[in-house]
Amino acid sequence: MLVYGVAVLAGCFLLGQIIGQLLGRVLHIDANVGGVGFAMLLLILVNQWMHHKKWLTKEMESGIEFWSKMYIPVIVAMSAIQNVKGAISSGLIAVLAGIIPTAICFFMIPLISKMGKSKIEK
Amino acid sequence: MEYFLDIFIKNGFVAALLVTGIIMYTSSLASEKLTLKKIPGSAIAIIAGLVLAYAGGVFTGGDHGVADVAGLSGFAILGGSMFRDFTIVSTAMGASFDEIKKSGAAGILSLFIGIILSFFVGAVIAITMGYTDAKSITTIASGACTFIVGPITGGAIGATSEVITISIAAGVIKSILVTICTPIVANSIGLNNPQTAMIFGGMIGTTSGVAAGLAATDPKLVPYGAITATFYTGLGCLLCPSILYFLVTLFY
Repeated sequence: MLVYGVAVLAGCFLLGQIIGQLLGRVLHIDANVGGVGFAMLLLILVNQWMHHKKWLTKEMESGIEFWSKMYIPVIVAMSAIQNVKGAISSGLIAVLAGIIPTAICFFMIPLISKMGKSKIEK
Repeated sequence: MEYFLDIFIKNGFVAALLVTGIIMYTSSLASEKLTLKKIPGSAIAIIAGLVLAYAGGVFTGGDHGVADVAGLSGFAILGGSMFRDFTIVSTAMGASFDEIKKSGAAGILSLFIGIILSFFVGAVIAITMGYTDAKSITTIASGACTFIVGPITGGAIGATSEVITISIAAGVIKSILVTICTPIVANSIGLNNPQTAMIFGGMIGTTSGVAAGLAATDPKLVPYGAITATFYTGLGCLLCPSILYFLVTLFY
């Protein structure tokens, strides 16, 4: 059944959110710490485990694949609800604080990537 | 006419699916015919989304882009954080655990560097623009991390609502910038493998921007970038109102 796959995905998603929320509470901050990340790790592990047990059918997989194919349309819809006008019209300091740090981080990426690679080679 | 609009309003989510499909289709046509596939259809669709959001803001005066337009309110559900996060998690199906383990340390390091660097540069900008109190400087600097870290930090340390608004705007501008620029600079920063994608997610952090930017660059990289980016906001909310705020108070 296709919906079994969707349910596995939903279960991983919710469990990840719970872990993120609990971690946030332990750290005394009002935010979910990495809920989505934990959910992704769970899904990868559950997926491998179910493959190993031969529980995962093609149809179940296609239930999860459907959602990963809906990813880009959802991102397009997400862009369409951003407060673009509000952000642009809120003044020079917001524009500068949004652009300059980000640009610097972009330039740092190759540097850290190189550091990471040399570590792995060692 | 009103009768049709009523059906759109009643079935908002379905209407949003239809309109998104139309945006995707026209964008892929534009990609093929106008740019000879040089600019991917998904990149055009995402930018079209941003343009529509701007138009929605101008016409309705609201804060939620096209979702404020009558009949398109379903966009708030389809493009909201629940579906965004759910589909991001589903992309992990195609990710390899070994790749994530291999780059895990570099990914965690990039999270700390990304947050501290954004905060530091954001603080310098706030100071240059004439802010002299630690609360305002910290809040604006947190907004340079993400549009969630800014208001949470500002609320935690008691910044004024004017400064909190600036911090949200800075975060949203960051997210828009990352969306548009990622596919453009991807080649020159070596963003074409899982490891760099994980570092990219950690350095940039803004989940919406990273997710949209990678989708327009190479959908295969999405799970790797997203898995680190998703820890950024939480870590930012931890560091900004505590250690980083304390550092600012040493000088102001």
